[in-house]
Amino acid sequence: MAATKEEEKELIARVLGGETDLFHELIRPYERMVYLSIFAMLRNETDAEDGAQEVMINAFRHLKSFRGDAKFSTWLVTIAMNEARQRLRKAKAAPQESLDEEKEDREGDFTPAVLTDWREIPSEALEKKEIREKLRAAVEELPPLYKEVLVLRDLEELNQEETASALGINITLVKVRLHRARMMLQKKMAPYFKSVTPSPKGFFGRAFQ
Amino acid sequence: MKLQCKHVWENVSEYIDQQLDAQTLKEIEKHLENCEVCSAILDSTRNILILTADNRTFELPVGYSQRLHNRIAETIGKH
Repeated sequence: MAATKEEEKELIARVLGGETDLFHELIRPYERMVYLSIFAMLRNETDAEDGAQEVMINAFRHLKSFRGDAKFSTWLVTIAMNEARQRLRKAKAAPQESLDEEKEDREGDFTPAVLTDWREIPSEALEKKEIREKLRAAVEELPPLYKEVLVLRDLEELNQEETASALGINITLVKVRLHRARMMLQKKMAPYFKSVTPSPKGFFGRAFQ
Repeated sequence: MKLQCKHVWENVSEYIDQQLDAQTLKEIEKHLENCEVCSAILDSTRNILILTADNRTFELPVGYSQRLHNRIAETIGKH
């Protein structure tokens, strides 16, 4: 469990004061967050793990520059997203790699999938491993610009301001990209949910399901 | 004026985040009462987001934490 803000502040002060071993304790609550932020962006476990280690090492080396007015978690995520972006750029520069084209202003088709015979995902569907795998793939396949916002807002559950600050963009852009990212996911995922949902038993069947 | 489905779709994200102004919220809720298509879209989106945040959807590699802390210990040692 994450330490309180005060405890965390004290930990940081002690690490800076020379009790460097306490750094382990300081970052423990954020290990998952840092790894997943990078993993979702890079789609590669080895690179993500390597990246996560770099982020924590950088955080240790630059801990002095952390300002107490921001949250430590937001600061770490900012470093993590920069690391992910840097690695993405490197991958893009490599000629054999082809990454999704990002077109910010594309007035594409962002309408959701319409499911007329579908109502609510039964909780059993949420328990299915295959659904989680499909979802993971769907998130990973989002264009990076949309994915980074979705990862911070819906996976890491950062608030709008924290997300905007970690990505260096304004709140309006966070909202727009998040909406598009969510609609893209909905569209991609809807058919899978449909396939594991028992076929509807007619309109009145719903009440008895 | 009757609200169009498209208008509801444009606001799904802000509806989920509870960021709509009172007037829009009221109009959308009224629309949802009578529109199964929009209700399904809203429910599915919401469920997808619940699942995205679920710890089992994205998992850490086995041994990740151990390797991370070993690397940190190594760096701290050299510091």
